[in-house]
Amino acid sequence: MSATKTEALVPPRSRLLPKGSGALLSSLVAIFLALLIGAILIVAWGANPLTAYLALLDGAFGSWNSLAETLLRAIPLIFTGLAIAIAFRGGAFNLGAEGQLFLGATAAAFVGLALPDMPPLVVIPAMIVTAAVVGALWSLLAGALKMRFGANELITTIMLNYIAILFVSFLLRGPLQEAAGYLPQTERLASNARFPALIEGTRLHFGFLLALLAVAGCHFALWHTTWGFKLRVVGLNARAAFNAGYKVTAITISAFLVSGALAGLAGYMEVVGVQRRMIENLSPGFGYTGIIVALLGRTNPIGVLAAAILFAALQVGGTSMQTASGVPSTLTTIIQGLVVLFVIGRGAFDFLAKRKPVAST
Amino acid sequence: MSFIDYLTDPIAAGFLQATTRLAIPIMLAALGGMFAERAGVLNIGLEGMMLLGAFVGFSAAFVSGSLWFGVAAGMASGAVLGLVMAFYTVRLSSNQVVVGIAINLLMVGVTSYGFRAAFGTGTNAPRIQPFPPIEIPGLAQIPVLSPLLFQQSILVYLTLALVAVAAIVLSRMSIGTAIIAVGEHPEAAETLGISVSRTRTWCLVVSGLFAGLGGAFLSLSATGLFLDNMTAGRGYIALAILLLGRRHPWGILLAAMLFGGADAFQLRGQNAGTGIPYQFLVMLPYLLTIVVLIGFAGKVRDPAALGQPFQRNKAE
Repeated sequence: MSATKTEALVPPRSRLLPKGSGALLSSLVAIFLALLIGAILIVAWGANPLTAYLALLDGAFGSWNSLAETLLRAIPLIFTGLAIAIAFRGGAFNLGAEGQLFLGATAAAFVGLALPDMPPLVVIPAMIVTAAVVGALWSLLAGALKMRFGANELITTIMLNYIAILFVSFLLRGPLQEAAGYLPQTERLASNARFPALIEGTRLHFGFLLALLAVAGCHFALWHTTWGFKLRVVGLNARAAFNAGYKVTAITISAFLVSGALAGLAGYMEVVGVQRRMIENLSPGFGYTGIIVALLGRTNPIGVLAAAILFAALQVGGTSMQTASGVPSTLTTIIQGLVVLFVIGRGAFDFLAKRKPVAST
Repeated sequence: MSFIDYLTDPIAAGFLQATTRLAIPIMLAALGGMFAERAGVLNIGLEGMMLLGAFVGFSAAFVSGSLWFGVAAGMASGAVLGLVMAFYTVRLSSNQVVVGIAINLLMVGVTSYGFRAAFGTGTNAPRIQPFPPIEIPGLAQIPVLSPLLFQQSILVYLTLALVAVAAIVLSRMSIGTAIIAVGEHPEAAETLGISVSRTRTWCLVVSGLFAGLGGAFLSLSATGLFLDNMTAGRGYIALAILLLGRRHPWGILLAAMLFGGADAFQLRGQNAGTGIPYQFLVMLPYLLTIVVLIGFAGKVRDPAALGQPFQRNKAE
């Protein structure tokens, strides 16, 4: 029964994303079209699109510091993007990265604060493991409900996001609140929990290397291990995998676990590398942006890395654009959404060219 | 205090009135989702349709000064999104989940940018006078039933009428049969001369009309203002309501009322000073959604072609 459920969600006849030749070109065309529509919106706002976009570009890449800020912002997006990509590959839609991120971050902060006098070599691994395990367990809940009861993970993971964020809010306004008790946040982490800086004088930290490591690890796991092969087979056709004797349930559950662990790490990175404590508004929707990062990256780890840096640049540059030209930074959210719609609409070009329904499989 | 005294108590009456008010947006989105799912399209984009309906409805009413113009504009905006979804899912056979997610994320940006573009970035939130409650003469004095049904705004009455219309269309009219045929066996429907793509497109448009109205209800009837991301997952909750209501209008009505009740209960709990942290109360509707999915997911049979793109040249 679980096999048919998965199939209903990822119908073999539909394409998740365009594949084959020209995929990179189609991404570039999609980005160009999205920026074009963005330019129209900037004109509608009453600003000069060229000035606004130059400010965006300058804010994202104009100096060492802005480049460092962009890469810093890319770290959580790389982790959530990988989280969602791995789940997709296994035929599961994990829309719950946001909640997994919040719980992983809170748990990591708790462990970091509980070990104030231990050396970094103990504290840092302890926090990393905690964040990953807690993220994985929260994700496992959705996975178990899907496999045991057939509860659609599209809805359960989103509901679990709200529940996790509310629970964290309770913790930060209650048991885990800083002693001063003014703001919904924990105490500041001691220096033993911090990461060394990667580029001196900027906020970019060691975690970026770990993110690159995670990209390489996911890439290796997907294409050079038996697990990755089985995961992809289950994702492509769960029933065929089941008939071939694969343990579909176990493989799907493992996809949820790995996905949740990666999302938990995204939260850890923000706590340890940016805020230095757990705060109520830790994430401006990294878990949701991760969905489109994964889609734009064609659920390929290297693609996720590129998409995460692109979206990080849009987000960081968007703030500079707002300061320089007054155009709200939420414009970049629109651009991000449009990029995805244009990427999945690649078939539209064939459609308009041939003037008949595309028959692609 | 006797039982009937309790039920006519102002607090209980307020609770019942809130139940309906909170149920209506979810009910409308779920009704929209029902048309799409019965025709075989999983409409994950309900959340985005609601959000756009809330924003466009509010802006149109604010600018024109007419609430009804706002309602029409909110519905129309949802319908446009329905067409966009139809273009992707019907014409291009894109993955229905992916398109829906993309639309939802895009709408968060569009409504937030649009709101700032239309009303500036100041701190003074613009407000409108929402639809007032109308007491139905003669019926407004019945205990329990009257606060639940007969002391509500005009949009509530409209929604209840739409539930009845949806039920008639689905079970008593040939178009309803056609929709179900398309969702169960598109190849057979096509053979009988029913256009699968046209049916699905129309169902998505209707879906958008309903969800857009649900969103417009939030800004024009429930609150009188627009807030960033004010739908707060109601579009997704509607998908669970749909299952609980077994994809039938009357089932959806009851299921949505159950949720409205849970929501009204938690709001009352927040004000009552129970000592329970408010976060746990706010969680209730989300928890209930998961419980519903656990209980009903395996028991309701999906339309056979749900989630499956249909390509005519393959059926021939």
